[in-house]
Amino acid sequence: MVKFSSKVAKYAKKPLSDKLLDLFIYLSMLVVLVCTLFVFMYVISCSVSDPEAVIRKDIYFFPKGFSLNAYTHLFRYGDILKYYRNSIFYTVTGCILSTVFTICGAYVLSSPAFSCRRIIMLFITFTMYFSGGLVPTFLLVSKLGIYNTVWALLLPGLISPFNLIVARTFFHNLPQSLFESARLDGASEFRILLRIAIPLSGAIIAVLGLYYAVAQWNSYFSAMIYLPNKDLQPLQVYLVNILITESSTANKSVASSLTRANSLTSIQLKYCAIVVTILPIICVYPFVQKYFVKGVMIGALKD
Amino acid sequence: MTTGTSSTVLKKNSSKGSRFLKGFKKEYELWLLILPVIAYFIIFCYIPMYGLVIAFQDYMPGKGFLDGPWVGLKHFQAFVEGLYFHRLVRNTVLLNAYLLLWGFPFPIIFALLLNEVKVIWFKKAVQTISYLPYFISTVVICGLIKSFLSPANGIVNVLRESIGLQSINFLSKAKYFRTVYVITDIWVFMGWNSIIYLAAISGINQELYEAARIDGASRIQCGWYITLPSIKQTVILLLIMNIGSLMSMSAEKILLIYSPLTYETADVISTYVYRSGLLNAQYSFASATGLFNSVINFLLLVLANWLSKKYTEVSLW
Repeated sequence: MVKFSSKVAKYAKKPLSDKLLDLFIYLSMLVVLVCTLFVFMYVISCSVSDPEAVIRKDIYFFPKGFSLNAYTHLFRYGDILKYYRNSIFYTVTGCILSTVFTICGAYVLSSPAFSCRRIIMLFITFTMYFSGGLVPTFLLVSKLGIYNTVWALLLPGLISPFNLIVARTFFHNLPQSLFESARLDGASEFRILLRIAIPLSGAIIAVLGLYYAVAQWNSYFSAMIYLPNKDLQPLQVYLVNILITESSTANKSVASSLTRANSLTSIQLKYCAIVVTILPIICVYPFVQKYFVKGVMIGALKD
Repeated sequence: MTTGTSSTVLKKNSSKGSRFLKGFKKEYELWLLILPVIAYFIIFCYIPMYGLVIAFQDYMPGKGFLDGPWVGLKHFQAFVEGLYFHRLVRNTVLLNAYLLLWGFPFPIIFALLLNEVKVIWFKKAVQTISYLPYFISTVVICGLIKSFLSPANGIVNVLRESIGLQSINFLSKAKYFRTVYVITDIWVFMGWNSIIYLAAISGINQELYEAARIDGASRIQCGWYITLPSIKQTVILLLIMNIGSLMSMSAEKILLIYSPLTYETADVISTYVYRSGLLNAQYSFASATGLFNSVINFLLLVLANWLSKKYTEVSLW
């Protein structure tokens, strides 16, 4: 209490210009907060409100009434669980494969014992700035015979050169003497990687895993062009059908299940689908946010 | 010891090639570890680059990359002289230019202001929440755009009507497309892009501020004369890189919110490549268009990097 009042007294002594500046700063930060939170709050409110209120366009921020009907409909008629399962599969598998290969590559490229590291680094970095583009990649995927299989989502984006560079920078900053002495003791590279490098790199594994997982969970474009098979499609493609191309079968199967009277609530179904999709990210995000930021910091070191 | 001497002898006598082989033997474990990575980049990055040869052929579906008849620059010519060339280039450059003009300053201002927030919990809360939109997928963002701007029941139009304005179907009018695109991009990226500036700010020597304060500098003066000059390098580097990507625009977001009604302002090169290549199966023509775009991008990037090297002594490679 004493501490607080002394703080207040100290603040009162500040010049007026400082106080005005503070007012301006806190107000602008508040605007940012409100603009961001409003969107999420509005979507959640619409998804759980009474359908009548949604139709009356009566919702501005807080939910009006309470009803989970739209969610029930979405889960009962929309096949959403199937797409959800697919997305979880792609996210987990893709994240593991990508992280493993990226760590292996980054370890080798950071090792002074590897004499070709510069040329291979160049070989990899070049792909960040120039690529074959959409059509040749599409034709390649068709030719490899992975078109319309799960591999079409897992393989073409397997390793991100940016993430590889971030991981390499991280390994570079580990004390090299540890690896040197292990090499002198005759340990194989696999052993050094497994026993020395990986136990020291929990942070970077978390960073890579999260980057890859989020990218895989959020990606829709490769699924849209490589994966017409509805049984294999991820959640994001289902969302494209519900949210963007509204006349599609996915939407119809949900909407037609509703009676005529409340078919107007298809907008509520959309909000439910959005909430269901972003929920895993919002739930996990506050706990892992520091790793994402760490990734940017390590990446910035390189620049 | 013996191996040591024999290897020096070998090194002296052997040509470059066999030394490489020797190195390979010594490093075979490392090669084994990186092999999948190299294979990935060859198959999924370099083979498509090689596949770009179809831009100079009349590619026949189902045949190999080299099996079509060579037609030289026919497809490039068709693109450059085509009906949409000017519109596509204009839209790509203008959309990027607006993104740069409006989207670039926001993260810097945001980082500068956030840095002045001294209440730690509030600062943390603002950071956490402002990074969040970056993790929302493009599909959801575009779904939100469509729902919020819907002329029938979107919240934007509901609010407009409540203050007596006409409801507008924003997504079907070409003149609103760039505005919608840029504003939503700022919403998504402002917080996330500020991280790099916040990192730069946190690296500033605190003694500078103390010295300035003793000399009687105000907070605004501290910001103007210490913070801004200290992050100048970062700002210029990012600015130049942004200029380097003036002709590249990802199709992912545009594809979900444009329509033939808004092609006039919304159709960019990448979306055109998508339509002509994948929807209309004009593989060679679309490859030529894509290649044209990639080459210009690459040249712009080289130019930007050269500028960056010259003025900030920072370079990408």
